[in-house]
Amino acid sequence: MQFIRSIDAKENEHRTSVLIQQAIHMNLHEYQSKELFAKFRLPVSKGQVARSADEAVAAASELGGDRWVIKVQVHAGGRGKAGGVKLVSNEKDIRAFANQWLGNHIQTVQTTGEGQPVNLLYVEEITDIDTELYLGAVIDRATARVVVMASAEGGVEIEQVAAETPEKIFRATIDPGLGPQEFQGRQLAFRLGMSGSQVAQFTQLFMNLCRMFMELDCSLVEINPLVITADGDIHCLDAKVNIDGNALFRHADLASLNDPSQDDEREAQAAEYDLNYVALDGNIGCMVNGAGLAMGTMDLVKLRGGMPANFLDVGGGVTVESVSQAFKIILADPEVKAVLINIFGGIVSCADIADGIVRAVQEVGVEVPVIVRFDGNSAAEGSRILADSGLNIIAAATLPEAAEKAVAATTSTVAA
Amino acid sequence: MSILIDQHTKVICQGITGSQGTLHTEQAIAYGTEMVGGVTPGKGGTQHLGLPVFDTVAEAVATTGATTSVIYVPARFCLDSILEAVDAGIELIVCITEGIPTLDMLRVKHHLDGTGTRLVGPNCPGVITPGECKIGIMPGEIHLPGKVGVVSRSGTLTYEAVKQTTDIGLGQSTCVGIGGDPIPGTHFIDVLRLFQDDPATEAIVMVGEIGGTAEEEAAAFIADHVSKPVVAYIAGVTAPKGKRMGHAGAIIAGGKGTAAEKFAALREAGAETVNNLAEIGELLNDLNLSSS
Repeated sequence: MQFIRSIDAKENEHRTSVLIQQAIHMNLHEYQSKELFAKFRLPVSKGQVARSADEAVAAASELGGDRWVIKVQVHAGGRGKAGGVKLVSNEKDIRAFANQWLGNHIQTVQTTGEGQPVNLLYVEEITDIDTELYLGAVIDRATARVVVMASAEGGVEIEQVAAETPEKIFRATIDPGLGPQEFQGRQLAFRLGMSGSQVAQFTQLFMNLCRMFMELDCSLVEINPLVITADGDIHCLDAKVNIDGNALFRHADLASLNDPSQDDEREAQAAEYDLNYVALDGNIGCMVNGAGLAMGTMDLVKLRGGMPANFLDVGGGVTVESVSQAFKIILADPEVKAVLINIFGGIVSCADIADGIVRAVQEVGVEVPVIVRFDGNSAAEGSRILADSGLNIIAAATLPEAAEKAVAATTSTVAA
Repeated sequence: MSILIDQHTKVICQGITGSQGTLHTEQAIAYGTEMVGGVTPGKGGTQHLGLPVFDTVAEAVATTGATTSVIYVPARFCLDSILEAVDAGIELIVCITEGIPTLDMLRVKHHLDGTGTRLVGPNCPGVITPGECKIGIMPGEIHLPGKVGVVSRSGTLTYEAVKQTTDIGLGQSTCVGIGGDPIPGTHFIDVLRLFQDDPATEAIVMVGEIGGTAEEEAAAFIADHVSKPVVAYIAGVTAPKGKRMGHAGAIIAGGKGTAAEKFAALREAGAETVNNLAEIGELLNDLNLSSS
């Protein structure tokens, strides 16, 4: 149903492809999240962004004091364990950290491939920690409500707590009509074992967190850890914010916070042409119209003994241009030994797609076998166009046959 | 018989003068759907495709007696359009548009509670009762009036399942695309209940995908309340964890929502499952339903 998105874009030309490629959710860096936190009066430390070792040293000196925390800014959790967070107390250590990371990649439990590129560091005042807690807000699909979760088990993987000791996670469900209520904040505070002025502090924080979530169209806000300082104050030590990409039309200021260097290059390239692409480990490139059918096609490839190289949904409004781009993106993966195209023509005509495939194969210079299965709107005519093209395109009558031919093509390539 | 819509359903289109509204209204009329008008604020009093255009849904309902509205307006206006349709007393809203902000859907769902309005979608192909009424973007010609109820989170994958039931001659009572968003207006359970109560539906095809727990909830419902045979397929066995596979709702989060878990839940509930999407028709054939 990609086309609705494209008419939306057409009717609002200013909101071009930048917005479309982010549609779903946009990750923010820690420093960006903390700037938003500060606007919503959530307590964060003072800090500064640095793009070089010199800037990091200058940041520390401007912040003052004699100890700082320096952290890589990447769209991935688990930085601490990967060495991307360090306590530093002199210029030499700051420079060593900056030189170690800037321009390099960091691999954490949450990254894939070579990891995330490090282009930014965040230098922050140090906080004396007494207790680490967890606080997060997400959208619960089952109840269609925003749910705030809190736990005294802070600083650890919350998924692990949820799986092993779910009773240690306390929840507050936000009524979409009423919004958050103070009693919900107090209830969480008492359950977390807080007392005295901490309860009021936490309640305020809870209210502000919910206000931020609703006003900024967040899809996730996470503070892990939320800490109680040595002085007894409540403080946000880390900050993670995801924004609903579909809501960016009403948050022009947030759209500019996107850092494309953190996105997978091919996925970002695909999104520019309104294609949904996800790289996988196999060698059969897949091009399908519709997300569900694309997944189903990949599953069938695997069932027939092959491995899909990617997920690629060319969307409802397939054009010659998008088919051509899809080929380029699929073939940019050197592992791809065959391309399987599965199109169920609904509104779109298979004959039009066939024209697109022929042109794309000629333009891009596809050298691997291309297996095509058409069904639905003008399927027979589409197959005829492919057969008459004189190109090395293998037509398949059914989807299982297409999957088998694609698997056979890759295995015979390997044998050769 | 059928569910949700039939030959007597009077339908209006919100966004009728836009390109998508125009294209799909034309196709609906050609299929035989009783389209009775459209709504585009500011264009009230004009005619489009031979139908009267109204400024408001309330006016359209008062004049035409429409009970159903299909929405093709851009995502940013959908919250407003849906609420307007609810306010006008529309019984069934089918929202095709993709890309509605999630918090807008939370507001819609909350508002719908306690009203008599049902919302199908958003981000869905629509609803069709073959031979009678087509509301949405699905190709009418692959359908055949018959006895299988189809419910799905997907678009083209639904067409695949539908065509298989057509090819073996069983046909469909009604097909409902509930949509690929994380917060759908109508869930599997709602549609399963309707199919169970519909005398024309003899078997049900349910097409799910990874992400969320809707299929698991459907499995629990099937075990307790559905006596008709259910054939289920779940897409996304090969999907990696943490990656969104096209649909906003199709993501395996924190290890939950995998295809394997959903298949297991459905099998345990007594549903027949296929792991090859091309075998849906074959399995239905094995059920030996009476021929049309």
